[in-house]
Amino acid sequence: MSSLDVNKTYKLFIGGAFPRSESGRVYEIKGANKKFLANPALASRKDLRDAVVAAKSAQSGWANATAFNRGQILYRIAEIMQGRSEQFVEEICALEGITTKAAKLQVAEAIDTWVWYSGWCDKLSSVSGSQNQVSGPFYNFTTPEALGVIALFAEGKPSLLGAVRTLAPVLAGGNSAILIASESYPLPAITLGEVIATSDVPGGVVNILTGKASELLPWVGSHMEIDGVDVAGLNKKQEDEIKLVGADNLKRISRFAPGNHPERILSFMEHKTIWHPIGI
Amino acid sequence: MIIDGSEKSLRKFLSDLPPVDQVGAEARAAMLATRSIKTSSKAWAIDMAISMVDLTTLEGADTPGKVKSLCAKAVRPDPSDLTVPSVGAICVYNDMVKIARTELDRIGGKSLPVAAVATAFPSGRASLAVKKIDTQDAVDAGANEIDMVIDRGAFLSGRIYDVFEEIRVIKEICGKKAHLKVILETGELVTYDNVRKASYLAMLAGADFIKTSTGKVAPAATAPVVLVMLEAVRDYFTLTGEKIGVKPAGGIRTTKDAIKQLVLVKETAGEQWLTPDLFRIGASALLNDLLMQRMKLRTGHYASANYVTVD
Amino acid sequence: MNDFEYANAPESKAIANISPNYGLFIGGKFVDPKKGKSFSTINPATEELLSKVGYGDKSDIDAAVRSARAAYTKIWSKMPAKERGKYLYRIARIMQERAREFAVVETLDNGKPIRESRDTDIPLAAAHFFYHAGWADKLEYAGFGSKPKPLGVVGQIIPWNFPLLMLAWKIAPALAAGNTVVLKPAETTPLTALLFAEVCQQAGLPDGVVNIVTGDGITGAALVNHPDINKVAFTGSTEVGKAIARSISATKKTATLELGGKAANLVFEDAAVDEAVEGIINGIFFNQGHVCCAGSRLIIQENVADEVLEKLKKRMSLIRVGDPMDKNTDLGAINSKEQLNKIEEISKTGDAEGANRWSPDVKLPTKGFWYPPTIFTGVTQSHRIAREEIFGPVLSVLTFRTPAEAIEKANNTMYGLSAGIWSDKGSKVLWAAKQLKAGVIWSNTFNKFDPASPFGGYKESGWGREGGRHGLAGYLTSDSKVNK
Repeated sequence: MSSLDVNKTYKLFIGGAFPRSESGRVYEIKGANKKFLANPALASRKDLRDAVVAAKSAQSGWANATAFNRGQILYRIAEIMQGRSEQFVEEICALEGITTKAAKLQVAEAIDTWVWYSGWCDKLSSVSGSQNQVSGPFYNFTTPEALGVIALFAEGKPSLLGAVRTLAPVLAGGNSAILIASESYPLPAITLGEVIATSDVPGGVVNILTGKASELLPWVGSHMEIDGVDVAGLNKKQEDEIKLVGADNLKRISRFAPGNHPERILSFMEHKTIWHPIGI
Repeated sequence: MIIDGSEKSLRKFLSDLPPVDQVGAEARAAMLATRSIKTSSKAWAIDMAISMVDLTTLEGADTPGKVKSLCAKAVRPDPSDLTVPSVGAICVYNDMVKIARTELDRIGGKSLPVAAVATAFPSGRASLAVKKIDTQDAVDAGANEIDMVIDRGAFLSGRIYDVFEEIRVIKEICGKKAHLKVILETGELVTYDNVRKASYLAMLAGADFIKTSTGKVAPAATAPVVLVMLEAVRDYFTLTGEKIGVKPAGGIRTTKDAIKQLVLVKETAGEQWLTPDLFRIGASALLNDLLMQRMKLRTGHYASANYVTVD
Repeated sequence: MNDFEYANAPESKAIANISPNYGLFIGGKFVDPKKGKSFSTINPATEELLSKVGYGDKSDIDAAVRSARAAYTKIWSKMPAKERGKYLYRIARIMQERAREFAVVETLDNGKPIRESRDTDIPLAAAHFFYHAGWADKLEYAGFGSKPKPLGVVGQIIPWNFPLLMLAWKIAPALAAGNTVVLKPAETTPLTALLFAEVCQQAGLPDGVVNIVTGDGITGAALVNHPDINKVAFTGSTEVGKAIARSISATKKTATLELGGKAANLVFEDAAVDEAVEGIINGIFFNQGHVCCAGSRLIIQENVADEVLEKLKKRMSLIRVGDPMDKNTDLGAINSKEQLNKIEEISKTGDAEGANRWSPDVKLPTKGFWYPPTIFTGVTQSHRIAREEIFGPVLSVLTFRTPAEAIEKANNTMYGLSAGIWSDKGSKVLWAAKQLKAGVIWSNTFNKFDPASPFGGYKESGWGREGGRHGLAGYLTSDSKVNK
């Protein structure tokens, strides 16, 4: 008789650890073939609150690491993910019901996305910063800086790539993140958490919640410690709602076209301009 | 005289001191931390470090029993190996001085000094009158060394002359009976420029030793802070011919940490400072790590905590 | 007894598996030189033979260029940019994995202290590959147009002072931009380049993308003059740089040149003195002074000169000269007898022209090539030791009275590679930086390098920049410039 599988328990990823939801709730995820896959946690507003605390406390250390160090860590995520390709392919196939070939392509693209953004960390200010020729004896330069804590609503499909392409750029810019996985396709996001947890990413820089975007949305929108939001996984109505509530602390809210672009990094950064006199 | 004792001349002297560049100072300290101290030099350094330890207990829960067992450890750090030197001093709260002195004299530690903390240690927040009595008590009880704290509140709010005067007055009380260590509490001074200024201020006021920390505040004796203080005593010697000692305290837990301190001394102030008369290390857990490393050098294998005594 | 003498702390040589022989690395394999000639490379600290490496002549260079051209045309120019980048990432990671091995081999072949190879050369070399790997698929954002193109095949010649690091500065951007290369390492330091060739194999780099041909000046000239290279990248002496510029003047080849320097290190009265002294020491004694951007002219504000010099001399007495494989060594061996002769010759002019020589008491080893850390005070701009690059641990000390005079003296040279400014006053630092005619200016620091920071000189210190976004320019076609 062949050995029985030890099925994974899908928990949240907060502050570098894997806790269950404080509410004790879970919900059922069935695969494309309608068979039971898992009971991921149904995150509550308190889980979100905890994630923000973790993200806030980790953010300045992450932003103050050298850009080279951040690049190395993002590349490490790609390395570890490469090693777990098969695990992701299986998960995606079961969940999305796509072919192994299509799943492999998705995983390869997700890995390449980490590599792409890894290479941006130490080039951002060469491309987006400048020394400005002002009139007067002043040295004037503009430099991009991390924004802070960014909430990300991941797209549903592609379930892994959608999560990665919102998360990687935000980290490259020195921000910390709270990734809210798609309600219907959450599992690869938690497995992504396992990759993050073994890639030298400091605890709290990445936090991953599973549950209902609609339930968490008003809390994300109104939380005064969340500085930016990527609304990829929200519909137009939800996007409008979060923009309305988010105006209270002028959250920087964006929706991006699919694909990789430095704008995904720069939209979650601030630009600081510094003057200094030149004279003896 | 480099200053005439007036506030004006003190202010001018301190403000004329060259600045410290943080990045450069930290880089120099980091480079010295790469020195690889092996074999015979490691053995020498371990024994020297042991002889420089001010074995310390400064807890609210200190009792005569605790202090007496510390004294035994100080005199004979390793009862199974009598080649191990005794430590540099015992450091206790001033109401434990008499107990320590009596015990040390009883068990063969007559030459081991007792250092007492004083002047409302660790915060320094009390009136000058209280600080003077605090010090006098310790001296009367037989303390050979006084570790006083400076008034950091006064320093940070610009009342540097008050800080200076306080040290001068405490030094007078110490007289010839006790040598004076002045604790700067560098973790609260924060910048290297402040550490440099406070070092000179203390030396000008009569300190025999300048000490980094109370051990109750972190960061304490970081390498760059000790570097800046060693530069101060080095340059003060060039200026006046007087050698002042340095004592890092707090955060020095391993043999590696201690040896890094000795390297800092050698390559900053110089070999002349490599003596317990001019360099002490305030520590408690460090001693056992030094003993374990000493054992490893002799036996060739990694030691175990079972083979060293607890206080 | 206060006698804290550091005992020997040797790094183990065991990790370095240096072969007794090496061939040339052409088309992804190690091959014998066509004429079968080889030459020796020795350890300059002990004069011991390390290995015999292949001597590449004109026909070997030709084979290498053909291999690079084929790889460019058939593989590298057709490969998606992100895949190119991934090869560079692999190379970076393998260099990091084998870092200790590289550091030991570098120290044995070059003579520099193991602490420097281990903590500076090798990590920076790996970082250069890591940095440039990230540019490979982002060139459209680099400010060179929306579709910048590589040049083709690049001939690269590197010096002996930072063998692996100079290789990284050349190969990483070239490959990131889509070029293929033929690289000629310096005659006295071929080994880490050959180890690098092994890394290329481990990374699975397509054959011919990188070719390494060991040899001497004649080999280098053959490469420069080969009709099928598109560009020359050279780091070395100004004299040879000019010769290369002449050689290619009638061709379509472009060149970047990173040549000599005689940098001024300016110490103002308001400098953080102790850190300035460290900066002066670093500026001229790091890497035995074998540094094009070395702070070889110390120019001190006259009113603090005595104080600074007194501290400098005391600090120099702490410099540990000796076995480069000892982890506590600060100053290693001079790279070759030839270089030692040059240092001695120019330094003697310092004595002859009336400058005052001073060195701390150091015991130099009997075998190998050694020179003690040396300063000359009482130097003026008209002394040869203030004008000529010595490329050794010899510092010339001058003074200045006003900021304007400091700048005037600093700029009074045909070189313009680097300069140092020591002052605690921000506006003065920026003012001096603005006035100085140098491509790299270090304020309150010295000899700091980073793959993201462009490096290169004004005037006769060369053409172009290496590193940073600006460094890519040398490896991409220009829309506006025409090459006949």
